[in-house]
Amino acid sequence: MYAQALNAATETSKDDPAKLAAFQARIDAEEKIEPNDWMPEGYRKTLVRQISQHAHSEIVGMLPEGNWITRAPSLKRKAALLAKVQDEGGHGLYLYSAAETLGVSREELVEALLSGKAKYSSIFNYPTPSWADMGMIGWLVDGAAIMNQIPLCRTSFGPYARAMIRICKEESFHQRQGYEIVMTLARGTPAQKKMAQDSLNRWWWPALMMFGPSDTASQHSDQNMKWKIKRFSNDALRQKFVDATVPQGHFLGLTFPDPDLRFNEATGHWEFGEIDWSEFNRVVKGEGPCNRERLKARNKAQEEGAWVRAAALAHAEKRAARKAAAKIAAE
Amino acid sequence: MTDTPLFTYTLRLADNALVLGHRLSEWCGHAPMLEEDLALANMALDCIGQARNFYTYAGEIEGKGRTEDDLAYLRDCDGFRNILLVERPRGDFAFTILRQFFYAAFMHPYFERLSASKDERLASIAAKAVKEMAYHLRHSAEWVIRLGDGTEESAARLAEALVDLWPFTGEMFEVDETERALIEAGVAVDPAALRPLWLETVDRVFADALLARPQDGWMQTGGRRGEHSEHLGHLLADLQFMQRAYPGSTW
Repeated sequence: MYAQALNAATETSKDDPAKLAAFQARIDAEEKIEPNDWMPEGYRKTLVRQISQHAHSEIVGMLPEGNWITRAPSLKRKAALLAKVQDEGGHGLYLYSAAETLGVSREELVEALLSGKAKYSSIFNYPTPSWADMGMIGWLVDGAAIMNQIPLCRTSFGPYARAMIRICKEESFHQRQGYEIVMTLARGTPAQKKMAQDSLNRWWWPALMMFGPSDTASQHSDQNMKWKIKRFSNDALRQKFVDATVPQGHFLGLTFPDPDLRFNEATGHWEFGEIDWSEFNRVVKGEGPCNRERLKARNKAQEEGAWVRAAALAHAEKRAARKAAAKIAAE
Repeated sequence: MTDTPLFTYTLRLADNALVLGHRLSEWCGHAPMLEEDLALANMALDCIGQARNFYTYAGEIEGKGRTEDDLAYLRDCDGFRNILLVERPRGDFAFTILRQFFYAAFMHPYFERLSASKDERLASIAAKAVKEMAYHLRHSAEWVIRLGDGTEESAARLAEALVDLWPFTGEMFEVDETERALIEAGVAVDPAALRPLWLETVDRVFADALLARPQDGWMQTGGRRGEHSEHLGHLLADLQFMQRAYPGSTW
């Protein structure tokens, strides 16, 4: 999954102009920046924020799909869904590791998520009341994520770019799997078709919002483009997603919940209606259907697991002490 | 019922794996740490994979065209043949880990022997499962030791889980008429013969976990005959919901 809308202000640079120029020259030459290389503070901060938001999104994203693991309708689907949610946990793990190369700890990042300070992708604040949502998340949400993430495989920071290559491979598998779930429903009984259509009605607009505010409203795309953290604008990626997805939906006989959706022969693009930005802003702010629930679920797991982590730590210390004592005794 | 012994035997193996896999899968997204989210999901996937193989084979043995999903989703509690141990609710992490340890310490050598079964299908399913159970055993044993020799709280929770679980361990080693003939024919594994080895594993790990093995007392039993606890019905209500609500659909 994907971290949307970088919303913090870019710092005014206090960095040495000569170093900045050399840094920019490396970026312009498409060199990868590695953890021990010099980098502007703003670059470091932006990356920590983006990579950790992305990691948090993977972790919170386990919840809406985890909701169906015990109720998946066949053993094959159950195994595939479990494996998918497990993949997301794995993505979270290596994204946290990529963020750690920038000098932050996983503990402090997780703490920022649990306290509500850090953001994660708003899409996971929508509920999954039906099995069709497992298909829709794969097809639309992972599909949108891939649009964002493919360019990130070439992002300027090496560890992030490398993590993204692996993540993209798995995400595109998830996307195909999701589409296949939706296809099975669309070709199924009337009840199954209805399940798929209802789910599309609920997920379509939130999926479009995943690309973040429109370019006219986005605050700091310029600097991020210049640093090649970001390579395409929000609106360009959103359009690419719509163009790819609409024919897939029509192929299944599904209707998109947008009366303004139409193909423009002249441009070759699908034009779509106005996104409800007030809903977007509301959900980002915390007033979505599941914001409170998701954060509570993460906090609950963290609190209930505290004694386990304490035990693991205590045991490791005891072992180390015993080893040291044995070494002294042997000498 | 005209079930053949081989069908019942295969179904028991499948049901154990499915029900335990389901319990493990309940942790996904809620584990004490990200690494355990991945590990528990891994073990759940292994169990569900084993279940699928055994169900498919059971359906073929029966010869009535029932698929893995028919067997998993369209039987009620009294049709399930799993041991009671695996249907206990997931409990806390100590409970889940100790149960996994008891089960893996039994099933690892069990599958090792089953992989030499005269029934080639059972043997090949078991050969794959051996490797998986070796991981389950190693992972759960390490955690039993960490929790037992960790903090006061973790030791107390593990001790509590032991009291809860011990009476459910006896059923693993039971042999009934259904299995007797298969054991003699070299098709099934004799579970009773594995008990000394299982106790040895338990004692070895418990020694490091500073845990005392309880005296054997009265043991719970019945699952393999279809006599279950109150908990299985709730598990099936979750597991089978879609197939029951939308019968005859393809997913």
